[in-house]
Amino acid sequence: MAIEKLLWLIPLPPLIAFVLISLGANRSRGLSHSLAVAGAGLSWLGSMFVFWKALQVKDLTGFPIISTINWLPMGAEWLKVGIRIDPLSAVTLFFVAWTILCIFIYSIGYHNYNAPAGVHDQPGLPPHGALHTSDEGKIIHVPSVEPMYARFFGLISLFAFAMYLLVISDNLLTLYIGWEIMGLCSYLLIGFWYAKPSARDAAVKAFLTTRVGDVFMLLGLAALYTSTGSLSYDVVFRPDVVVQLAAIPTGVFGLSLAGLSGLLLFIGTVGKSAQFPLHIWLPDAMEGPTPVSAMIHAATMVSAGVYLAVRAFPLISAGWTPGSPLTPPMMVLAVIGTFTAFFAASIAIAQNDIKRVLAYSTISQLGFMVAALGVGSYTAAVFHLFTHAFFKALLFLGAGSVIHGMEHGALAEDDPVDVQDMFHMGGLRKTMPLTFWTFSAGGLSLAGFPLLTAGFWSKDEILSGAFSGRFWVVFIVLAITALITAFYTARQITLTFLGTPRSQAAGHAQENKPIMTYPLVVLAVFAIGAGWIGIPAGFPLTGAHQAGWIITFLSPMNPLEGHSPEVFSSLPLVVSLVVSIGGLYLGWRVYRGYQAGQVDPVERALGPVFSLLKQKYYIDEVYSAIFIRPARWMAEIFTALWLDNRIIDGMVNGLSALMPALGSLLRNGFDKPVISNGGDALGNRLIHWGQILRKVQSGRIQQYMLYTLWVIVVSGMVVFYLMGRG
Amino acid sequence: MHLSVLTFIIALPLLTGIVILLLPMSEKKAPRLLALISSLIALALSVWAYARYDIPAGGYQFIQKVDWLPALGISYHVGVDGISLPLVLLAGIVTASGVAVSWNIEERPREFFSFLMFLAASVFGVFCSLDLFMLFFFFEMAVFPKYLMILIWGSPKTREYGAMKLTLYLFLGSVVALVGVLAMVFLSGANTFDMLALEKAGFAADFQRLWFPFVFFGFAVLGGLFPFHSWAPDGHVAAPTAVSMLLAGVEMKVGAFAALRAGIMLLPEGARYWAYVILALATVNVVYGALIALVQTDFKYVIGFSSVSHMGLVMIGFATLNREGLMGAGLQMFSHGVMTALFFAIVGMVYDRTHTREINRLGGLIKVMPMAAVGFIISGLVSMGMPGFSGFTAEFPVFMGAWRSAPIVAVVAVLGIIVTAGYILLVVRRVFFGELPENMTGIIENVSGLDKFTIGFLSLIMIALGLFPSLMVPLVNSGVDRILLILGGR
Repeated sequence: MAIEKLLWLIPLPPLIAFVLISLGANRSRGLSHSLAVAGAGLSWLGSMFVFWKALQVKDLTGFPIISTINWLPMGAEWLKVGIRIDPLSAVTLFFVAWTILCIFIYSIGYHNYNAPAGVHDQPGLPPHGALHTSDEGKIIHVPSVEPMYARFFGLISLFAFAMYLLVISDNLLTLYIGWEIMGLCSYLLIGFWYAKPSARDAAVKAFLTTRVGDVFMLLGLAALYTSTGSLSYDVVFRPDVVVQLAAIPTGVFGLSLAGLSGLLLFIGTVGKSAQFPLHIWLPDAMEGPTPVSAMIHAATMVSAGVYLAVRAFPLISAGWTPGSPLTPPMMVLAVIGTFTAFFAASIAIAQNDIKRVLAYSTISQLGFMVAALGVGSYTAAVFHLFTHAFFKALLFLGAGSVIHGMEHGALAEDDPVDVQDMFHMGGLRKTMPLTFWTFSAGGLSLAGFPLLTAGFWSKDEILSGAFSGRFWVVFIVLAITALITAFYTARQITLTFLGTPRSQAAGHAQENKPIMTYPLVVLAVFAIGAGWIGIPAGFPLTGAHQAGWIITFLSPMNPLEGHSPEVFSSLPLVVSLVVSIGGLYLGWRVYRGYQAGQVDPVERALGPVFSLLKQKYYIDEVYSAIFIRPARWMAEIFTALWLDNRIIDGMVNGLSALMPALGSLLRNGFDKPVISNGGDALGNRLIHWGQILRKVQSGRIQQYMLYTLWVIVVSGMVVFYLMGRG
Repeated sequence: MHLSVLTFIIALPLLTGIVILLLPMSEKKAPRLLALISSLIALALSVWAYARYDIPAGGYQFIQKVDWLPALGISYHVGVDGISLPLVLLAGIVTASGVAVSWNIEERPREFFSFLMFLAASVFGVFCSLDLFMLFFFFEMAVFPKYLMILIWGSPKTREYGAMKLTLYLFLGSVVALVGVLAMVFLSGANTFDMLALEKAGFAADFQRLWFPFVFFGFAVLGGLFPFHSWAPDGHVAAPTAVSMLLAGVEMKVGAFAALRAGIMLLPEGARYWAYVILALATVNVVYGALIALVQTDFKYVIGFSSVSHMGLVMIGFATLNREGLMGAGLQMFSHGVMTALFFAIVGMVYDRTHTREINRLGGLIKVMPMAAVGFIISGLVSMGMPGFSGFTAEFPVFMGAWRSAPIVAVVAVLGIIVTAGYILLVVRRVFFGELPENMTGIIENVSGLDKFTIGFLSLIMIALGLFPSLMVPLVNSGVDRILLILGGR
């Protein structure tokens, strides 16, 4: 089969799985997960084949694998949709396929396939556990199967379909379609346990926050389409088109059309990849089941955001050459990325929830990628996207494994602790060795443990990019952030796995079945090894003259290729080394002796700053103060009919809180009194006419006909009169 | 004599309406059966016409012309093009669905189904008219069944107010439009009501600028254009389910369609002159309607105001006067018609079973009526422009067109999308998810088989159009070609 044809088929298996599960396969749990895993497996197989084929192409950038069809006719022109494999999509496809497959397989175990159904379990709530008679005749409390097991696999298949569609797309339209379907899936999956109010709020918050980014992205699409007549990458990102766009001023902040549309697309990334100030949804998104967190944080959503920014890089960097001052859009990326990286990392050190720490680390690492793009390090950004997907999927699934093991212990011992709180864990390395080793591999990679791990190489690439471009602020802040990252990772590993158990649940935690741990092993291999393909040229130990494979593979995609003299410098390397080892040591040293009931050592050290971090800089509260409170004040001035009710009740984020205020203002301050009552007043003034009208309204059609005729005749007379005058 | 299929489509419901009225009062089941059969045949005929329309040839097809009052230039003249044919199909779909969801109506079924048929005949008539007098005749003909149906079968609290308001607004609008129409016919010296002849009349630019607002805004009242939209939410909410479906689903398109046909296409220079005013008002529609929908506590009012918001996109599309915008508007009329019909159908099903429309008193309905919940969510996705559904196919070109003609309009109107997502999600979360209220536990029945079929049917249309836009886009495009030709090839 021609490789192009095969490419079209890649996203389909998960879609078919979704349809079949929705249409009836959901009656059987086994059939549902078999379909889902088979779908993901087929897509994986296709992806690997395409990836391997793509490697054979000599100049994949110049001659990507493409195929297009007509989809939405826009007048004489068709909006074509098509598929495209170039180095960027090939690399993305690779990590997406692996992570999705691992997550799918893992989910079977996570949702307790084959476990008994819980007595009190009901759809919309996490399973509470079931009573089970063991072989010795003892009645024990065991985990129970997820009540909406099939539904989960259906939705997650749709999620996978959307991501595959987005990656292989050759144009911004299909990318946008995949993007939006993912938004929908994230809404449905974050709110999977919909009977939990926190899950419902988190789902709405995620959908609305990312939607804010999406509409700006849609405007970016409109700007590009109206100026170029196309949304295909081949057209809108082609160098000569970009040059033309860069020459058209827009009058908005002095940006060129290229810069403006690049920025509009980037706002989409800010929403999807949870960059400041639209980051607020991602930490709450862990209300969904853990495999969903892994999907969102690694395989799909946030990666898609950065992927778009990378795609849009030709527009963002239009008119820039290395050495010259950054273009305004690049400046925006550099500032937002660097700030977000530091800001989120600092929050992570004060969180107790094992998943929440990871959530903030995701935001922080995405900040690294955005900052890298901002300073023009194209390949470094993609490389980090690549390695991050593996180690973050691993970490989330590992955290899920820990939680699952803890739940087991909690149920067996009837110990009602919060099974996600790291301060109740400890000593798990003995009871859950495989989870420990794999989680540590992921953690070390996140911390950038030197030489061995993937995270080290990609992070070093970003730091050296900032360094060689002389962006000192970016370099220093990111280096400090890397130190913090290593610190909170060591804190997490030490609290969770080292020392002695600090709760009964932790003491009786149990290692999970192979169906959950084997995917961890696979991901761990990548979390370590995926970096070796990106060792820079001239690195002393390897003595390679050739830069790592991924760098040479990707760099032709960089619009600035040929301009940037990638000089190897040992300073950033040394810095990476020091911050990583230093942070890890510090974290281990501080937390290794932690005993149950003690105050968090960081809290002792930081004092009031700690509570600032713990409360996430009060951003949720600030948004509420900026948007919700003034809105309420306005409501009380204009009307107390409903607004307070609405605000307290349902407004989950600042923006949607501002809207009802405006809406009520319009309805009660303008629509009702001016327009509606204006209409009523008109009616009242015609009250004696109304008396006549009432007689007319006898319900007899003939009379109504007469009435119309009368109106026509009178109007006709008016016109004839006018005609006579004219 | 040669009879056009369109004549059948118009005459069938009209005759059915009369026949039903002639049935004895005691007959409870025959009216609904007759209405269903008649509306299904009308639907089948419109599908047939849709399939048989020759797109490459374009222009008006299935034409039939019979002189009626030659002295005044009035004739019975029907025909459809790429803009009106989808609307004929829409009217067929919504009428049949309306009959289906009203199946168990108990109060005066004879009059109910008879009036519903008259209403259907009137909308078919407007969409098929090529004669201004005839267009006006059918336009006005709808007023009576609408008024009576709201008054007799509407929700008891607001029906008198709603019916009165709607009638006053629409009469006022149509009188203004009539003045404009008569000016075109007589002042210009054209002395014909034939729209094809009027298109070629070549009115002077000053004349067009003067009379365009009369025609356009007069008809646009029924299309829900701000600030003349106020009848819509109150009218929709007061009306019984089937009438809400037809009002919001089809009648609002009748207004928009007449404004396009008689306003923009007959007075193109006037349209160019007034385009920015329409753009501005329509942009207000989009954001204003969505904002107000967000704060409604009555389930049905949310949908009522959402219609105001979505019709704004239709008007924006018109006023861009470019290909993308007009095409999007044409699609949006169809897509919104199906979507809002499904919305109101489900609101009706929920109300019939829970006897409340207060969002705060509802909850957890997905457990007892899953199909209704799924249908509502699908409509919601269409409403928020989710790709893969017809709403995206329609809204995306509207935004492209708006950006091309006035980017600021696109920037402001796009806010409506965020707010739309907000109110849809809030309603879905409150009404369908969460906990079923205590007093409703165990007593709420699932929707009937016929209801399920209707939900599935309407959902399928929206999904099909979302996945395969080419089912409708080339047809609409051929209609847009004609408009662009009239506008001077822009």
